Amino acid sequence: MIQIRDKAFNPWAELQQYQEGMSLQGKYGATAVFVGSMRDFNEGDKVQAMHLEHYPEMTEQYLEKIVQQAQQKWEILDTLIIHRVGEIFPDDPIVLVAVWSAHRANAFDASRYIMEELKSRAPFWKKETLPDGSRWVEKNTPG
Amino acid sequence: MSIRIRFFASLRESTGQAESSIDAGDAQTVLDVWALSTNDMDMPGNTLCAINMEYVDAHQSVQDGDEVAFFPPVTGG
Repeated sequence: MIQIRDKAFNPWAELQQYQEGMSLQGKYGATAVFVGSMRDFNEGDKVQAMHLEHYPEMTEQYLEKIVQQAQQKWEILDTLIIHRVGEIFPDDPIVLVAVWSAHRANAFDASRYIMEELKSRAPFWKKETLPDGSRWVEKNTPG
Repeated sequence: MSIRIRFFASLRESTGQAESSIDAGDAQTVLDVWALSTNDMDMPGNTLCAINMEYVDAHQSVQDGDEVAFFPPVTGG
């Protein structure tokens, strides 16, 4: 499942609720979870808030493609991706990626792949609010 | 030829446009669409282009009814 949210979300509650609704009980032996949250610093500056913009529809299409590619590369049973847009503050979760598989290697590898592809291909952009103004983030930090 | 154009993030701000539809006349490529819609502004070297929500090269040809988008490198996650 892929969701874009414009309000704060609790990744742990989402994960629990989603997993309870899956019909894979007894089938998965591994769940790999990545949660990306907002820092209050970037490139040596204090960051007070962030605005996350996206290209509606293209974002969902690319996330769907990335998941399909991960499914072709690894045996995975299910995925959950939730990504924020809108106003975000330090500590707020930005992204949740969860992958379920029978064995751990596939879950670990597929979740890393999804996250890295998301960062390089999904059309999202961050604008940071600093104490003395705002700026667009020009590139992601290396993993 | 009618083209829908969209700009995102820093390019939305620098061009002063979010989206518009233009009569692209004899525009043949994405680059032509950029030139027409921005009054020949220089396209930043790191600009990403999409036609109908698929990444394309700036020299890709356009067709009537296409949605052409311009945006800077993506920074999600």
